[in-house]
Amino acid sequence: MADRRDTSPVLATGERREGPVTVDADPMDDALVLGGEKFRSRLIMGTGGAPSLEVLDQALAASGTEITTVAMRRLDPASRGSVLDVLRDRGVRVLPNTAGCFTAGEAVLTARLAREALGTDWVKLEVISDERTLLPDPIETFDAAERLVADGFVVLPYIGDDPALARRLEQAGCAAVMPLGAPIGSGLGIRNPHNIELIVEAAGVPVILDAGIGTASDAALAMELGCDAVLLASAVTRARRPGLMAGAMRDAVTAGRRARLAGRIPRRRYAEASSPAVEPVGGEPSTPS
Amino acid sequence: MRVTINGSPHDLPPGTTVAQAVQTLTSAVAGVAVALNDEVVRRGAWQSTPLGENDRVEVLTAVQGG
Repeated sequence: MADRRDTSPVLATGERREGPVTVDADPMDDALVLGGEKFRSRLIMGTGGAPSLEVLDQALAASGTEITTVAMRRLDPASRGSVLDVLRDRGVRVLPNTAGCFTAGEAVLTARLAREALGTDWVKLEVISDERTLLPDPIETFDAAERLVADGFVVLPYIGDDPALARRLEQAGCAAVMPLGAPIGSGLGIRNPHNIELIVEAAGVPVILDAGIGTASDAALAMELGCDAVLLASAVTRARRPGLMAGAMRDAVTAGRRARLAGRIPRRRYAEASSPAVEPVGGEPSTPS
Repeated sequence: MRVTINGSPHDLPPGTTVAQAVQTLTSAVAGVAVALNDEVVRRGAWQSTPLGENDRVEVLTAVQGG
């Protein structure tokens, strides 16, 4: 039996040891607390863009997500199968959004309809300004947030990467803020990492990077910047292999979170040797170690 | 009596209720919500809420999105 106090994660045989190997906090205890509830996964999935419910189901399973968004639309009598059935069977929490709303009034009504239809007072508040950019309208979003908080909703607003608006929405009683990395579906990643860091520094509620994620490194960066969670849809549902990308995103979010907790080294202009600088080759003989 | 259900005009007999309007689209009630002239009608009130001339009924459900 190997000495359990050994800090090396790899046994002399090359076999990987089971169980904890460091005294650092177990990442499994590192829960996301959102709206007073705890979640193990920090990856929130959207359901838009999946070519079929079967593909969506596979992607959700591979992502490990515990919260997934849906949109509210006019009931189509011709449609068969419901995204709600998929989410229920997966045991995933349903988070309705107000996608497609252009005014605070539309968003408030949509949230109330979602509450009635789905039995949840959680809402991802999304009020867009125009069809081309789908950028969030800050004025309408703030107006709707105030009204929904007053109506007892747990409000998760989608916003631009604006630290001032994020602070105002937190003060208004929102349960989180959800700044974009880049426009919805653009896959452009995080265009303004500095602003995301400013939002994270000031926030007393969870910061969820929402929109713009293109690939796994974008999701990892969001977590390294200090975001509490990532919400993405298109990056997975429109990938060539959605299930594979969903697993990549799961790993990326976990890796980014661990890196954030671990604390990255500072960036330096020049090298800093990682090997001992004393007694280089050509120097005096030293005692073998 | 003319009413609009999900954007489409319907000619329905006077006294038609919200519940009957919903039934023109679906027999399901789970996961469905109704707005009458931009106000939510709770499911428990569908049977007892009559429609009026030129009312606008929206019947919504959750779909893939976001």
